[in-house]
Amino acid sequence: MSDLKNIVLNYVKNEYLEEGDDREVDFNTPLISGGIVDSFSMVSLKRFLENKYNIQIPDAKATPDAFDTVNNIAELLKEFNIQ
Amino acid sequence: MAFPEAIRSIYKSELAGIRDAGIFKEERIICAPQNSEIEVEFPIGAAKQKVINMCANNYLGLSSHPDVVEAARKGLDHRGYGMSSVRFICGTQDIHKELEQKLTTFLGTEDTILFPSCMDANAGVFEAVLTDQDVMIADRLVHASIVDGMRLCKAMTDTFKHSDMAHLEEKLQLHEKARVKLIITDGSFSMDGDLAKLDKIVELAEKYGALVFVDDSHASGFIGKTGRGTHEQCGVMGKIDIITTTLGKALGGASGGCVSGRRELVEMCRQKARPYLFSNTIPPVVVSGAIRVLEIISKTTERRDKLEKNTIFWRKGLTEAGLIIKEGETPIVPVMLFNAKLSQDFARDLYAEGIYAVGFFFPVVPKGQARIRTQLSAAHEMHHLEKALAAFTKVGGKYDILHKTKQEIIDKYGM
Repeated sequence: MSDLKNIVLNYVKNEYLEEGDDREVDFNTPLISGGIVDSFSMVSLKRFLENKYNIQIPDAKATPDAFDTVNNIAELLKEFNIQ
Repeated sequence: MAFPEAIRSIYKSELAGIRDAGIFKEERIICAPQNSEIEVEFPIGAAKQKVINMCANNYLGLSSHPDVVEAARKGLDHRGYGMSSVRFICGTQDIHKELEQKLTTFLGTEDTILFPSCMDANAGVFEAVLTDQDVMIADRLVHASIVDGMRLCKAMTDTFKHSDMAHLEEKLQLHEKARVKLIITDGSFSMDGDLAKLDKIVELAEKYGALVFVDDSHASGFIGKTGRGTHEQCGVMGKIDIITTTLGKALGGASGGCVSGRRELVEMCRQKARPYLFSNTIPPVVVSGAIRVLEIISKTTERRDKLEKNTIFWRKGLTEAGLIIKEGETPIVPVMLFNAKLSQDFARDLYAEGIYAVGFFFPVVPKGQARIRTQLSAAHEMHHLEKALAAFTKVGGKYDILHKTKQEIIDKYGM
């Protein structure tokens, strides 16, 4: 499980933090409500998860809340039997 | 209907919150035509003060140019004050078509449609040309009006890191299957004064079959050898599918904007763009002034050449004085102070020295990147710039930030 979380965390850091942005991001950091991932950019995270784990996340499940922390994302992925 | 105290208090408390956060915006009252020297009343009720204006978007110094004022006056005489109609009912005059034609020629595109403002152009264009089968891929630092326009559109959204071409290419690959992929960027970024890498963006667009959108509001009239804009500077005239720009900055500075580009895309805006369909267009007096502006700048590059000289002088002067500026070549020159309070104090002291410039800090710019944004104009004479430079040097000396590194300034004042 922590492997999966680390994979997602690394993706978030590389994708959304600018060079020189030294904000601490961990499994519990609010990504969307904390302003790290804006609503325009969330699609990349969704696509990354879909491609990486070969799943389709329905739009109804890809809510800002479900994507708000790495822990929430891990919970969401459990529904697709990915741990 | 009354405005009950319970409701009034909601807004009072919200406004108090804005004040407490130190981001309450106040207007400064200008008691003169827009120019390089203006008379300002600030705060409201204070004695008027003559200051050198270093923060207008009056890049070409045409806002109060006598020829433009005269043309506007004639327009008022010959075509009246208002249209009392949207364009497609009875709100289109011959001069609206003439201005659209002149903009098409100037920008080197296929067709142009006027909007009440560039904010409106950006609000209307995406929804008019894209559907939910399409994707918009925007630079992360695009102007707020683009962000709003994208929100109104059903197409999928994605972003790429500012001017990061490798990241843009990843996104183009990610969205390869979309019907239309639209790359969205500012031409000249208004807060940092840097230019989009349009040559590289066009190259990627051609490779992946994408379209390119550029908001050139801070470039039209002066960037490029003949002032056509960022696409001229980057050697990609005729290759930008959609350009939006404003008449509210270099091009006379009054108001109005446009979408200029591929014929079919402009026509889609005429059919579907809501700010065009449901709002009056630019009034005849402004249209007449703007036509004159385009005639002036199409005949000679004298004004953009003077602006370029002023910009070189100003950038070199600030750097030699020991201030930190954002590198670049545009007349938007941010003087970096990093700390929000320092940017406010610095601006206040400049004002006392007769220099009008504004400090910007979070949330307008990222945290720790507070600055004073200076903007050059062809209306600045050398004596204006020398006086402004002396003031920046004096105030910089007072705060002991001359010839200091970014880290030294941050150590002294905090982020």
